[in-house]
Amino acid sequence: MGRYVARRLLQMIPVFIGTTLLIFIMVNVLPGDPVRALWGDKPPDPAQVAQIRHDRGLDLPLWQQYLHYMGGLLQGDFGKTIAGNRPVLDEITQAFPVSMRLASMAWTFELIVGITLGVLAGIKRGRFVDNTVTLFTLLVISVPIFVVGLLCQLFFGNELGWITPTVQDSENMSQLLVPAIVLGMVGLAYVARLTRTSIAENRQADYMRTAVAKGLPRQRIITRHLLRNSLIPVVTYLGTDVGTLMGGAVITEGIFNVTGVGNLLFQALARREGAVIVGVVTVLVIVYLIASLIVDLLYAVLDPRIRYA
Amino acid sequence: MPDLTKTTATATDEQSVTPDAPVDAIASGPAPGKPRSLWNDAWRELRSNPLFVISAFLIVVLLVVAAFPGLFTDANPDSGDQVNHFLGKPELTHFFQADWFGYDRVGRSIYSRVVHGARNSILVGVGVTILVTLFGGLCGMLAGYFGGFWDSLISRLTDVFFGIPFLLGAMVVLNAFTDRTVWVVMGALAFLGWTQIARVMRGAVITTKHADYVVAARALGAGTKRILFRHILPNALAPVIVVATISLGTYIVAESTLSYLGLGLGDGAISWGGDISDATQDIRNNPHTLFFPAGMLSITVLAFIMMGDAVREALDPKLR
Repeated sequence: MGRYVARRLLQMIPVFIGTTLLIFIMVNVLPGDPVRALWGDKPPDPAQVAQIRHDRGLDLPLWQQYLHYMGGLLQGDFGKTIAGNRPVLDEITQAFPVSMRLASMAWTFELIVGITLGVLAGIKRGRFVDNTVTLFTLLVISVPIFVVGLLCQLFFGNELGWITPTVQDSENMSQLLVPAIVLGMVGLAYVARLTRTSIAENRQADYMRTAVAKGLPRQRIITRHLLRNSLIPVVTYLGTDVGTLMGGAVITEGIFNVTGVGNLLFQALARREGAVIVGVVTVLVIVYLIASLIVDLLYAVLDPRIRYA
Repeated sequence: MPDLTKTTATATDEQSVTPDAPVDAIASGPAPGKPRSLWNDAWRELRSNPLFVISAFLIVVLLVVAAFPGLFTDANPDSGDQVNHFLGKPELTHFFQADWFGYDRVGRSIYSRVVHGARNSILVGVGVTILVTLFGGLCGMLAGYFGGFWDSLISRLTDVFFGIPFLLGAMVVLNAFTDRTVWVVMGALAFLGWTQIARVMRGAVITTKHADYVVAARALGAGTKRILFRHILPNALAPVIVVATISLGTYIVAESTLSYLGLGLGDGAISWGGDISDATQDIRNNPHTLFFPAGMLSITVLAFIMMGDAVREALDPKLR
């Protein structure tokens, strides 16, 4: 087990380098100049532009810039923003807790409601419950998240007045509730569908017949035998979804005015702050890599036949 | 692919002889020496699935709308009469008229914009799916069949792309382009999306490449190209087709999401996502400006996802 984890951690290094390099190239090679953008519509002073570019190392070849960046990163230095000269790390540590809170609420919602709906539908395959759940998940996947978000804001916020239309205080769980549900909606649909398919497949398995024949109570059969064996694809999905929920919340955060990672990224894109974009993605990649390692370790918990030597 | 059309054609012929339930067809059986393939079975299953029939009908209608928007409306989607039509309410009884869905804040006919927006959405969805299936499929096939160096290279590459959230990567790429045409958006989405198909294809090829018929073909002296395209590909294609059909809908969502964020199609292009973004300025008093583009978008995505579901059920024997 320990050796397996160590090997996996080592394998993460090339992926980490590859992903940061890819995003670094994407941000830097593509056209658009953040230094010139400091002047807005006014013509920039070439000498000053050159000076800033030199100070920031932006005149170096790209591979040197990347090495500098990675060198700093290993010491916990994410670089500084071009406009304002603030440490990128400050902006990230400000935004991440907010996104983390929102994402973990959305994730819990996905997990509990998604698996429950999936189990109900899978057990009653072809019946009314199943058809309702299937139709619901199809609708949720088809209606884009920005439409759902806008409608929820309009309906619950403006018409009914149950929630504040935008989040005023990102520490307040009740204000984050509706944005979290909106954010977790699509994932919920996928979790429900995956659980349903998996349960429906395993329901016919021999061990299920054995469990019923042994006279085990129905609830125990479902939770201990059926669900445990059906969870592997669901756990895989939930694991990779952590990163998506943290970084992909651009839309939800925009609609409900949550000042999280998505918001930070959107601002950074508009201002062409390469260091912020690369920094945020770097943290997201780390989250993704750790989540996928945990998922792989969970496989062995769910299915004892899987062993990591 | 010619195999697919051939088998579907024979399936149709058989069905016309025995138009009843599939049970009859199985009882009478196909002519000896003409084995029923997976595709044959799948097609039989598909036609009896109401989800497939509905989604296929919707998709055909949408394709016609996308190809010939002029058949459905004469109103100009790009210019409007702001003085007379400013945010005009929908006249739901005026079927297929310019004011059917009302007017937006520039006085443009929403019905006309919804109709003309179909082309870009569907073009992006279909285009990205084709690009991704060709490129991802080829990479996956190479990785799965040859193994070794190519496998490590392509697998690590897919790992790298998987680490970047899709929407976020697309935002970064598209932000750099000032002139975002349909082709640019297509290219950006395909650039970030090919890895999913590559993984699926790799897995499918690995499971088929040790099959007896592949060994037999090699023993008979078939070349690598023949083995890959005539023996392995047709048998590894099913999961790829399933993933491709379902992801088509998600690419349409991605395009509209990017347009909503102002990072999708450029200014001149009509996009449902862009119209939805415009509508958000005052949805409280003018919900119709949001409702129709959003509804059209949702129906389109629903059609493709339903189609994907039906195809998956037909191609996956475990779900029968």
